[in-house]
Amino acid sequence: MPAETDLKAVLGGWPPAVLDPAGPYSEPVTLLSWALLIGGAVVLAIVLAALGVALWGAPSLRKRLGGDKAIWIGGVAFPVVVLTVLLVWGLWLTGDLAAKAPRPGEMRVRVTGEMWWWRVSYLDKAGRPVMQDANELHVPIGETVLLELDSADVIHSFWVPRLAGKMDMIPGRRNLLRIQADQPGTYGGQCAEYCGGPHALMGFAVVAHTPESFKRWRAGRLAPRPAPPPSRGQELFLTSGCAACHTIAGTEARGLAGPDLTHVGSRRTLGAGILPNNRGTLAGWIADSQTLKPGNRMPNYKQFTAEELNALADYLAGLK
Amino acid sequence: MKSETGFDPDLFNRFPTQGDRPEGEEEGLKRVWCAPKGWEYLTVVNNNYVGIYYLGTAFLFFLLAGVLGLLMRVQLAAPLMNVLPQATYNQVFTMHGTVMMFLFAVPMVEAAGVLLLPQMLAARDLPFPRLSAYAFWAYAVGGLAFFGSLFIGLAPDGGWFMYPPLTSKAYSPGINTDFWLLGIGFIEISAIAGAVEIIVGVLRTRAPGMSLDKMPIFAWAMLVFAVMIVIAFPSVILATLLLEIERAFNWPFFDATRGGDPVLWQHLFWFFGHPEVYIIFLPAAGMMSMIIPTVARAELVGYRLIVLAMIATGFISFGVWAHHMFATGLPPMTAGFFSAASMAVSLPAGIQVFSWIATFAVGKPRFNTPGLFAMGSVVIFVTGGLTGVMVALVPFDWQAHDTYFIVAHLHYVLIGGMVFPLFAAMYYWIPMVSRRPLSERWGRWVFGLMFGGMNIAFMPMHLSGLMGMPRRIYTYLPGSGWDTLNLISTLGAFMLAAGVLLFLIDMARNFRLAPEEGEAGNVFGAGTLEWLPTGLYSTRSIPVVKSREPLWDDPNISEDVERGRYFLPRTATGRRETIVTSPLLAEPQYVQIMPGPSVWPFAAALFTAGFFLALTVQAYLFALVSGVLGILAVLCWLADTDLPVPENDVDIGAGIRVPTYVTGPQSHGWWAMMILIVVMGMIFAMALFSLAFLWGNQPSFWTAPPPMLEALPIALGYLAVIAAAWGTRELHRIGKSWAILPALAGAIVAPALLWLDIGAWSAVTAPDAGGQGAAVFALFSLQGMVAAIAVLMALYLGWRQLRRVVTARRNNTLDLTCLFIAYTGAQGLVGTLFARSIGA
Repeated sequence: MPAETDLKAVLGGWPPAVLDPAGPYSEPVTLLSWALLIGGAVVLAIVLAALGVALWGAPSLRKRLGGDKAIWIGGVAFPVVVLTVLLVWGLWLTGDLAAKAPRPGEMRVRVTGEMWWWRVSYLDKAGRPVMQDANELHVPIGETVLLELDSADVIHSFWVPRLAGKMDMIPGRRNLLRIQADQPGTYGGQCAEYCGGPHALMGFAVVAHTPESFKRWRAGRLAPRPAPPPSRGQELFLTSGCAACHTIAGTEARGLAGPDLTHVGSRRTLGAGILPNNRGTLAGWIADSQTLKPGNRMPNYKQFTAEELNALADYLAGLK
Repeated sequence: MKSETGFDPDLFNRFPTQGDRPEGEEEGLKRVWCAPKGWEYLTVVNNNYVGIYYLGTAFLFFLLAGVLGLLMRVQLAAPLMNVLPQATYNQVFTMHGTVMMFLFAVPMVEAAGVLLLPQMLAARDLPFPRLSAYAFWAYAVGGLAFFGSLFIGLAPDGGWFMYPPLTSKAYSPGINTDFWLLGIGFIEISAIAGAVEIIVGVLRTRAPGMSLDKMPIFAWAMLVFAVMIVIAFPSVILATLLLEIERAFNWPFFDATRGGDPVLWQHLFWFFGHPEVYIIFLPAAGMMSMIIPTVARAELVGYRLIVLAMIATGFISFGVWAHHMFATGLPPMTAGFFSAASMAVSLPAGIQVFSWIATFAVGKPRFNTPGLFAMGSVVIFVTGGLTGVMVALVPFDWQAHDTYFIVAHLHYVLIGGMVFPLFAAMYYWIPMVSRRPLSERWGRWVFGLMFGGMNIAFMPMHLSGLMGMPRRIYTYLPGSGWDTLNLISTLGAFMLAAGVLLFLIDMARNFRLAPEEGEAGNVFGAGTLEWLPTGLYSTRSIPVVKSREPLWDDPNISEDVERGRYFLPRTATGRRETIVTSPLLAEPQYVQIMPGPSVWPFAAALFTAGFFLALTVQAYLFALVSGVLGILAVLCWLADTDLPVPENDVDIGAGIRVPTYVTGPQSHGWWAMMILIVVMGMIFAMALFSLAFLWGNQPSFWTAPPPMLEALPIALGYLAVIAAAWGTRELHRIGKSWAILPALAGAIVAPALLWLDIGAWSAVTAPDAGGQGAAVFALFSLQGMVAAIAVLMALYLGWRQLRRVVTARRNNTLDLTCLFIAYTGAQGLVGTLFARSIGA
């Protein structure tokens, strides 16, 4: 897939994501949204018509509008009926969509909002983490996935509009959100709760696979990884301080502050959805992430020579 | 009800009196209410001046925050622009929201109340003119200093809602956030002061005969507005206090890792924050309900329904706050309740909209500038209301929340519900204070540009929100599909700004303040009292009101008023004074002697500002000095109030005599004190809620409180304080010269009791140990504050006793001090028992 498409998927586009549902946790809301938008336009037209009649209408029509009765009908009776219908619909849907306890056998993933990226932790049946990733979530189509939403620092909000409404990630609480994608593809999202600094640059993507493709992906991730052959890039990584914040399974890099880089080469984007992921952007990110994403927690590594940056980028891009 | 106070309503028939008033009366009024000269402009307290200052300052903040909005629009006009770097943008959007809400909207409507209410009610001034002056200066000085933080790059950057933990010390270590917290302190002070002023003014200083059902609808709106401030603002006062304490002293109210809860902030903030929207909207709706009848040349249709609707809005608005929190994981039942209430609040708004339409329908509408703005307001406000109903539905809100859909919604509501009515109001009422009205021809252009620009700027945002564009982002990436819509929004914003600019130029051309006389007058042919001929003393005489539109119903009223044929056509005691009337039927009760110009409210405001700003920059010594000087300034301002006058009762016209002084529940001071006590009680109640909330959400951090039984002596002590305060009043009533001693003793005992309580709790926990300790010691801090004020008041009372101005009949200061001391005892008692019962 070309990088351009990936970035679009991460950030929206046409048709409006909210009106373009891709699963059973967004579809009913889209129907509700259309009803609200069209209904709202009709009510606005009625009020404008009433105002028009009041200003320019025939005297007989204006007389009808000009009394307490019109106020009771337009301001009380009509809205009470409409609002009651909407309220019942809304309440029913709220109960229906709100995620409660995990269902037996359901896939569970813990997504933790961090300043300004997403830690993704796939859980086993007992709720223990089995594999780590960042900024993207792989799911099989046609299956519900329960997300456990945590925060490591401040309040963030998880939102992939084509799959579900948003849910806040609040320190000290764990919110649940259920999603399901019905078609393979990439579904973009972005942090929706202002979290300071580069809040604007905190994207996320859900990648939905066919069941077979998902099985392959999962098996590949869980397979024991052969120790990568020692390389110049790896040596630089381990000796330049990178390992203090990042983990690469099978090496001595076990830092936990930043994203797990074990499979960084296979991610669709860099910097939480802001750059396509290739050797060039990897090198650029290492040298000057503060220009690409001002305020992010990774310092610039200006000390590397071009050759060293290339070696590092080669190494990281190779971590599929 | 024939009479409320025993006043014979037939006496009203003596007016208008016949013949001419004696020479020199009008000169007397002019002398007492004379215009300031030179530096005296700093000492004025008259609403004609303070109101204009207030409006001018609030409008200045509208322009400043508007410029910030334009800057944001430039930055977002295209992807990856670098007009405002990230850090600056985050400060700018925080200030845009904060300044618009706190420094423009609330002060603006409050200022309109200060300027218009006395005129509409035909009072000579609001009942506490020095308080108005203090509120204004505190707001102006504090607000400007707060805004200045932007120019040194220290403006707050946590959003106008300031959610912790982003705003706690760990994630916002700079003093930017402190600027917000302390800057908001001024607005809280001035809002509460204004609310006291407006409630007492509306209920007690109406023209005789202006019963509640004849009151101009704007006064009703301001009454509901002020009551809502009294209920809602304490919540944000407490919230800002707690966050500042957390930041300064590490008491973890909002730190989830130590038994606090960031969601507590959201409850406290939105319990204020959503009513705030109606606090802004109701006065503007009240203006609409004044302007539209004049524009349509017809009485307002559905007056009683509108009054009911406004009261209903006030009530319901306190049950909707959690609709800002649907995405925080509220239980569906809770979300359902707030969803229903949020929809219900649209009913009273609908009633008002249809009343306005009905009024247009029965009248002969004119398409003058106030009329155009009023009509435009209906269109925009209804659009915003409809999207409001949409986001009241929880599932839709889960999608729309925190996106540009909400940005569109809130700007439609606030611009349609407040800004357009405000422009209508400016075109409508400027002839009341200016020699020339604004240009009607230019007015059409102003309206056209603003109406078009508003819709072009904000309509596309609905779509960008549905396309996934979140709020509060300083930039977005190319290829997101949001660029065209954002460019259109930016163009619209500049069109809107062009309209405002045109308005400013027209103001420069035509606005000439004429506070004494020579104003353009009733150019639109309105029917309410603010269009009577006035001087600085307001109307020459205070008319008897027999209908809602006296100027339409009695063609001679202006002349009769001007010739002094109604109440109080002179200064009866040679001082500034107004008639205080009964709350329901407005029967004259007494003549209130009003304080005149004084430099002390201005000085007190300067020192208050100095105190807060010094705290922000951690210049503690300077803060201390400022605080002490501020208190001294307040004492100086009080020193020449509540003093004896020779006349016990005076003739207020047609041989009707009323006293110049009353005490107890009849007096305006008693009303103000009761309102203040409600404010203090609400702050304390919110602190009690915080303690219970943390216990409910973080029980694992709880330790057992000290045993209840040990609180017995403390509780008995607080009961004794209440009894002592009551005893002083009774002893004074029977004329004991040593009457103040029990109250003094009570005021001194209260801090000692607090000390005992703190001792007992210190053995169990500490304020920085966890959420429980923090919340309990917050209760004690509030109690300490109240107790300190009580001591100060008791000392002031003692000083008055030494000056021998506390006399058997003149005892308002004593009464009010005793009330406050009794409240101190009551609050201490509740706090002690409550803290020990939570988690026991």
